[in-house]
Amino acid sequence: MWEYTDKVKDHFLNPRNVGEVENADGVGEVGSLACGDALRLTFKLDENKRIKEAKFKTFGCASAIASSSALTEIVKGMTLEEAEKVTNQDIAGYLGGLPEEKMHCSVMGREALEAAIANYRGEEQKKQEFEIVCKCFGITDKEIERAIRENNLTTREQVTHYTKAGGGCQACHPKIEAILEKVWGREKKPAAPVPPPGRKLTNLQKIRLVEETLQREIIPPMRADGGDLELVDIDGNTVYVALRGTCSFCPSSEFTLKKYVESKLREFVGPDIVVKEVKP
Amino acid sequence: MRTVYLDNNATTRVAPEVVEAMLPYFSELYGNPSSMHFFGGQVARKIAEARERVAALLNADPSEIVFTSCGTESDNAAIRGTLESYPEKNHVITTRVEHPAVLNVGQYLRARGYRVTELGVDRMGRLDLDELRDAIDEQTALVTILYANNETGVIFPIEEIGEIVKARGIPFHTDAVQAVGKIPLDMAKSHIDLMSLSGHKLHAPKGIGVLYIRKGTKFSPFFIGGHQEGGRRGGTENVPSIIGLGKAAELAIEHMDEENGRVRALRDRLEKELLDRIPNTLVNGDRDNRLPNTCSLSFEYVEGESILLLMSDQGICASSGSACTSGSLEPSHVLRAMGVPFTAAHGSIRFSLSIYNTDEDIDWVIEKLPAIVERLRDISPFWKDYKEGKPISSLMAGIHPEHTRHR
Ligand code: FES
Repeated sequence: MWEYTDKVKDHFLNPRNVGEVENADGVGEVGSLACGDALRLTFKLDENKRIKEAKFKTFGCASAIASSSALTEIVKGMTLEEAEKVTNQDIAGYLGGLPEEKMHCSVMGREALEAAIANYRGEEQKKQEFEIVCKCFGITDKEIERAIRENNLTTREQVTHYTKAGGGCQACHPKIEAILEKVWGREKKPAAPVPPPGRKLTNLQKIRLVEETLQREIIPPMRADGGDLELVDIDGNTVYVALRGTCSFCPSSEFTLKKYVESKLREFVGPDIVVKEVKP
Repeated sequence: MRTVYLDNNATTRVAPEVVEAMLPYFSELYGNPSSMHFFGGQVARKIAEARERVAALLNADPSEIVFTSCGTESDNAAIRGTLESYPEKNHVITTRVEHPAVLNVGQYLRARGYRVTELGVDRMGRLDLDELRDAIDEQTALVTILYANNETGVIFPIEEIGEIVKARGIPFHTDAVQAVGKIPLDMAKSHIDLMSLSGHKLHAPKGIGVLYIRKGTKFSPFFIGGHQEGGRRGGTENVPSIIGLGKAAELAIEHMDEENGRVRALRDRLEKELLDRIPNTLVNGDRDNRLPNTCSLSFEYVEGESILLLMSDQGICASSGSACTSGSLEPSHVLRAMGVPFTAAHGSIRFSLSIYNTDEDIDWVIEKLPAIVERLRDISPFWKDYKEGKPISSLMAGIHPEHTRHR
């Protein structure tokens, strides 16, 4: 059973502001039935352009309902400029915290608010450049990046807890790792276990370690998605691999896949490993 | 508050008779059954008796009963112990709806170079036996197929499967954790070579299991140690629990008719009433081939964890295959393998009964649950849309629904 705070339980058992505002000024819809949670937020402004009424309808677990209820309480009385600044942390904080695995519920609240404000302003669904990274849950690179920055996320698991991205078939894991790396750069990522200083591998040991790491850490998750990887050769610190039949549903770019393999090998074999791809 | 416990496929109450039978073995009768003296010897005799009782429940020979620590150990021992006996073979056949104790062993084997075929199921959770026939080849070392599904209660045609497998001379294991004690089993007339069961699913305590190994079956022990369990599982016996399981097996034989009569009738009434009272409710799984105690329902447009928590507020204990409760972000692998539509998969609830349930228990659920579902549907953005005939696609943005089920 999840450890919910009393505040979460209260807002789940006695949700505030359930329903749809009539003749709403703004409507925001996020999530989906397929993904297991969805939220429709509606609000109305008063003559001073402050949010007079905000209501929600939510499909989802207890924390999704509680987060929606909290959101409507938080934004009531705010101007849109103020409401825009509400973060998912504010929602979680209002509820006295959420289990980390449930943080995506608070992110969904913030997204619904944003969508509703955009809807009021008549902004077209922001046509900025984005790419759907996680097809299982329809999560874009922009959403992932934002969650990473706003919540200081450093691991792939955290990204999944906060956005759901990567919680399904796992095919997008390399892409999520790549976004994490892009945001923090290599230095800021939590220090990977560096091989003890002074450890000098013989060639034979290195080959064995590379093979072991591929078999244990890298190939099984790829196989689970219909992909595969073959070790072609090792020359000094350069590891040559060939990619085979990647998951047809989630076309991960070979670039990020290569990066993923490289970062794993650097973690377990040595920091100087370079991965090169051999075309069949 | 009233407690209505309908989660017996998760675990059961230890029968009071079982507790009573166990107690002396914590205190006065603490001898080690392997000891030479009379003090240990009397315990050894009681363990032999418990073994006979478990054998009687399965109509097996006592020498075919190996006590283990749980169902998961039995599954691991059966699969890995068999593969070790056939090192020249590299193929295993199983299904997509196994318990994680088998499913994840499959993943583990795959990572070590084994080919693992997972047979699919249809919308009712049934296997296609032709798919099994086609999957068997020269390299197949083991077929391991669930007896009865823990989520839906669907019973596989295990003897038919066993016949197919044995005709090709291949060892056959079944995880019967949910079946033992609920439906009659007869090993004397069976094709099963190895079978796992777990004590706490049949009113014995947690931490005790059995691996049935038919005489003449190749098996390499998984736990290597002393000569206990005929050398097939080292480690000092969990004496009180073994005694408890023996008692539970005896009670299971006594209660078999009640399980398939009164308990089945309670389950059927619960199911029928809920279907009548709550619109847009579906039954998951083949209703004609089901455990007598299990019922999996899906309430469309609401989410399972919310239902569970509101039920829990009324003292009702059940479980759900929804994403939020499966510990992942996707609905249970069983419902996904069955292709339960996503409108329903997230709102699945499993009720599993036992002989301790009463008519009043069922009345309570029938009284409370309709209001709970209605309340959540009022909060759900989909229900009104659905009622008004609007397409539900408005909240599908950015999603490739087919993708949520590609595994
Ligand atoms: S989990 Fe991200 S694409 Fe499947």
